[in-house]
Amino acid sequence: MNIPATVHQQLDTRRNYVLWMLGLALLVGVGAFCAYTMEHEGHHVTGMTNRIVWGLPHVFAISLILAASGALNGATLSSVFNNAVYKPYARLSVVLAICLLISGLIVLVLDLGRPDRLIIAMTTYNFRSIFAWNIFLYTGFIAVGIVYLSTLLERSLNRFTFSVGVLALLWRIVLTTGTGSIFGFLVGRSALDSAILAPLFIALSLVMGSAALALAMALVARWQQQSVPEATVQSFARLMLWCLLAVLYFSVVHHLTNMYVAEHQSDERAILTGPLALPFWLGHLALLLPLIYLGLRLYRSDGISQTAWLVLCGVVLSGCALLLYCIIIGSQNTPQLLFPGKTVTASSFGDAGFASYLPSVWEWGLGVGGVALSVLLFGLILRVLPISSRAVE
Amino acid sequence: MAMSSNSSTDNHRSVQARRRFLQKLGLVGVASMSSYTLLEVQAKAAVATAVTNQKRWGLLIDTSKCASGCDACVRGCNEEHGIDPAGNDETRAQWIRKIDLEDNLTGEETSLPVMCQHCDSAPCVDVCPTGASFKRADGVVLVNKHTCIGCRYCMMACPYKARSFIHENLTEQKPSAPRGKGTVESCTLCVHRIDSEEDLQPACAVKCTDEAHSAIVFGDLNDPDSQISQQLSTLGGRQIRADLQLNTGVRYSKL
Repeated sequence: MNIPATVHQQLDTRRNYVLWMLGLALLVGVGAFCAYTMEHEGHHVTGMTNRIVWGLPHVFAISLILAASGALNGATLSSVFNNAVYKPYARLSVVLAICLLISGLIVLVLDLGRPDRLIIAMTTYNFRSIFAWNIFLYTGFIAVGIVYLSTLLERSLNRFTFSVGVLALLWRIVLTTGTGSIFGFLVGRSALDSAILAPLFIALSLVMGSAALALAMALVARWQQQSVPEATVQSFARLMLWCLLAVLYFSVVHHLTNMYVAEHQSDERAILTGPLALPFWLGHLALLLPLIYLGLRLYRSDGISQTAWLVLCGVVLSGCALLLYCIIIGSQNTPQLLFPGKTVTASSFGDAGFASYLPSVWEWGLGVGGVALSVLLFGLILRVLPISSRAVE
Repeated sequence: MAMSSNSSTDNHRSVQARRRFLQKLGLVGVASMSSYTLLEVQAKAAVATAVTNQKRWGLLIDTSKCASGCDACVRGCNEEHGIDPAGNDETRAQWIRKIDLEDNLTGEETSLPVMCQHCDSAPCVDVCPTGASFKRADGVVLVNKHTCIGCRYCMMACPYKARSFIHENLTEQKPSAPRGKGTVESCTLCVHRIDSEEDLQPACAVKCTDEAHSAIVFGDLNDPDSQISQQLSTLGGRQIRADLQLNTGVRYSKL
């Protein structure tokens, strides 16, 4: 395998880079305005209700958090599994993970009913709550990430890279399990009441993180007017194939077991054929078709082209986001079963029938602003620290 | 002469100023003493009515007396807590909602109110990251409005859909029912009434009795001689979603 020698350096302020930063800053500004409107006017300006209590901002926030955990794939493969292909991208992988996590948390906080009370969330804990544990897992992830980055940046600390890499790997597995567990132990919602959500979230994080990292690598290469080495793309594509297989495996097992258990059958029917059937099937197709394509390209021909790889990363990211949308919204739009064996004939609060949900422009603005913030932070850090790698002759 | 006159005036002014100062000092002293006494009285009263786990407050709803189409309990609750019943059903606060049911097998019709079930093992209390959702020793589940951050995890966790998030600005809230935009709220079992020295009943139970239904009985589930315990032993009382084993404080007979 031909891996070109590389050096790490700060990004040059080329016109291309500056235009990207300005565009991203504009999107972040729009996101901030949307968050301000939601906070000032109240959540009635959103599409969320007392039935759909977690909406699109949660889908964006959870997507960013899962992608953050998975974006460490590059660093883990380099430091822990000593894979030379990823060594030039280890620093970039850690920086991206930190930026994605910070942005996800900001979206989550700005969707709170009282974001001004963040200090209470940071100082008053109920340790029976998996949410409270996640606050430690998230802040801990950022701290471990900073230490990890230091060991990669500072030559005298290089000897600790393996140990910190192992710690980061374990930390992100626990973090993703914790994120999945936020949803996995809600006894009142049969669509969510399943421990398989934790491994499903880990598999989703591997796909989303790998795709985000691949797109970030391509973006940096574009800023530097270089290209990602062919060997790296092919190796990354093989990794993606296995991660996609894992997501589809856990998702199929989840839904098949739901079909088998009588008490979950009505919810399962709702997700397969109800108002969210389109995003559900589209999401799975957006994972299945790339899986088949990757299998054919990698094992029956001479690999995948750079352009096809980037398109594929975009498609699987969208597919994972659609799956998360169906998990989060789909668990809320079906009526909660309070009276088995009886039919609700009247209620003032939707105890029968599906709840409708149409995300408002404010929610889209906040979510897209969060994604833009992650890329903006990423670009700014790459400008001041020697993170990006450049091939040398 | 003029100087002497000025000096006399100055003296007079200084005496008056000193007198005013002493008067104010006296007032401050009296106010401090009285507030100290008030605080002491309050503390003694608080000790006298301290919440303990010797009581377990609950409601028994006799569904055979609950009339379809009647929403007296809902109106009573709204009036007591200053809840506006107008607006979008999906975003406005609903501490109690009426549900009509039909048995799939027999076709038997039932009508009943659903509110916070004041669970002994409350999922909302478990999941709240800041501990704002809490259960008192006497079983009443409440939300601390000072520490609720509006994350809505309790609403995701509640099996009864009994909690409301406040989507809009509120005005003219009642002192006994602190409410505000961006926080979550639910039935308080009218703690301000049941904790009062007059031992008042929750507003829903009072209104139901006023309108001659008497379908809601409030009382101490731990006291075998209380009306609620007596009726529970004769009528029986089921929990909604008993399979979750949450040991709810609200029970339903003939359901």
